[in-house]
Amino acid sequence: MRKNSTKLIALGVLAIICILFYGFYDIKGGFDYAFPRRMVRVAAMVLTGIAIAYSTVVFQTITHNRILTPSVMGLDSMYTVVQTLIYFFAGSMSVWVLNKYLNFGAAIIAMVLFALILYRFLFRADKHPIYLLLLIGMILGTLLGSLVTFLQVIIDPVEYLSLQNRLFANFVNVKKDLLYIALAILVVAFIYGYRMMGKLDVMSLGRENAMNLGINYDRMVMNVLILSSVLIATSTALVGPITFLGLIVANLAYQYLTTYKHSVLILGASLISIIAIVGGQFLVEHIFELRTTLSVIINFIGGIYFIYLLLKESRAAG
Amino acid sequence: MIQIKDLTKRFGKKPVVEDVSITIEPKTITSFIGPNGAGKSTLLSMVSRLLEADSGEVLLDQNSVRKWKSSEFAKRVSILKQTNHISVRLTVRELVSFGRYPYSKGHLNSEDEKFVDTAIEYMNLGDMQHKFIDELSGGQKQRAFIAMVIAQDTEYILLDEPLNNLDMKHSVQIMKILRRLVDELGKTVIIVLHDINFASVYSDRIVALKDGKLVKDGPTHEIINSDALRDIYDMDIPIQEQNGCRICIYFNSHT
Repeated sequence: MRKNSTKLIALGVLAIICILFYGFYDIKGGFDYAFPRRMVRVAAMVLTGIAIAYSTVVFQTITHNRILTPSVMGLDSMYTVVQTLIYFFAGSMSVWVLNKYLNFGAAIIAMVLFALILYRFLFRADKHPIYLLLLIGMILGTLLGSLVTFLQVIIDPVEYLSLQNRLFANFVNVKKDLLYIALAILVVAFIYGYRMMGKLDVMSLGRENAMNLGINYDRMVMNVLILSSVLIATSTALVGPITFLGLIVANLAYQYLTTYKHSVLILGASLISIIAIVGGQFLVEHIFELRTTLSVIINFIGGIYFIYLLLKESRAAG
Repeated sequence: MIQIKDLTKRFGKKPVVEDVSITIEPKTITSFIGPNGAGKSTLLSMVSRLLEADSGEVLLDQNSVRKWKSSEFAKRVSILKQTNHISVRLTVRELVSFGRYPYSKGHLNSEDEKFVDTAIEYMNLGDMQHKFIDELSGGQKQRAFIAMVIAQDTEYILLDEPLNNLDMKHSVQIMKILRRLVDELGKTVIIVLHDINFASVYSDRIVALKDGKLVKDGPTHEIINSDALRDIYDMDIPIQEQNGCRICIYFNSHT
């Protein structure tokens, strides 16, 4: 127990150091100009980091699988699909685009539905081997991707520019207007999640054991899926998809913090996530001088880590 | 009291359990026996609410189990299925502590700790309580899970083939512990067993199923005889009495 709290404090300190470095390093010109702008980015990075870590850990608990994440299953590409559909059918001047709450709400609802359908077909019916799940996830991802490309090709070029601006969010170009919504969603998610940490711990014992201990399992799965989709929607809307980040931070948290307690795991994964994003972005801006983006680096490292996990899993199974 | 009334479950069109009605006597060990695919586990799953029945109902204290609140039901009835794969790393003690979840909701008080201690002692897990589950042998793991169910301290304990993968020594050990739970603590145990000799020696009542239907239901001595066993297993099984225990010699019988 005590060891874990020391580890959490270490992670917290490291995260703060990353944030300070990012905020103060090499500020030239007007401090008053640069500092607030950097802090907006930091806020977006922290919110995204927490949202991704949180959603991945709870998603992996209900699927009993440490390789699948909402992103690997193509949940965040659903965001792109929804936005493209909106621009295609309603146009950039419609209320669906101009009212950012409406737009965000539509994206969230679509992603939740997608998650529920995925779960119903993939996880409820018997136990499918993990490779099948991954293949289906990849195929769905490709399908959605092609659909999006198709629509983008035949859309009005002016509309397309406007759509592109919305889809190509990243940490340098944060959607500032969404920050407050994201913050509100995270606060609600944490208040809600605080009450279900114990239930999540029990759910990691598996469906039958959890039901034996009085958990209304199927309802909990539904709630967690919705929570997870909303969080992924939030982070995707803020800074765009970062496929492998959740996978890395969740698994690092499991490895580093040997516990089953979700309160510790989620906190740890969130801190690791903040360190990875803020620290990574610092490197991107000051060492690589913006010649690459953070998503590229994270997906590169994450991809390698993903293969490592797959190999480890198959060795354990064989 | 648990009453099972006209319970039916179909997988696809095939009925797995068909019109089964049983009353479970309190403070007894009731064994469910029968050939493979007789529906024993399915029946047990429906009694414990893991599975929904297609028709019929299970009553706990005159109320349908469907109407019980999950958290209250977990204080009355516990179930352990035969496959228990856990993906998280837990020590034996942590696993057993989960048995207190219906009462403590994750925050164990000193009384909960006492139940955990007792359960660990009952299953002789004292010297390995801080080991991780994935470091244990199959038998030790099985005992850890049974300890969790004991810590749950329910009036009814349902076990689905708990002797699977256990050697003779540990099988006997577990059956003796179940006997103690019934005789000393007044629990009611319902257990699915494959080996009829364990059913014969340790249980008070036997329920025999075949092709989803109830074929025999009664006190052990009425079921363990060659005529009744022929109806259940389609085998001629001679029975020998040894120190008051009826042993079925089925190894060499004609089918």
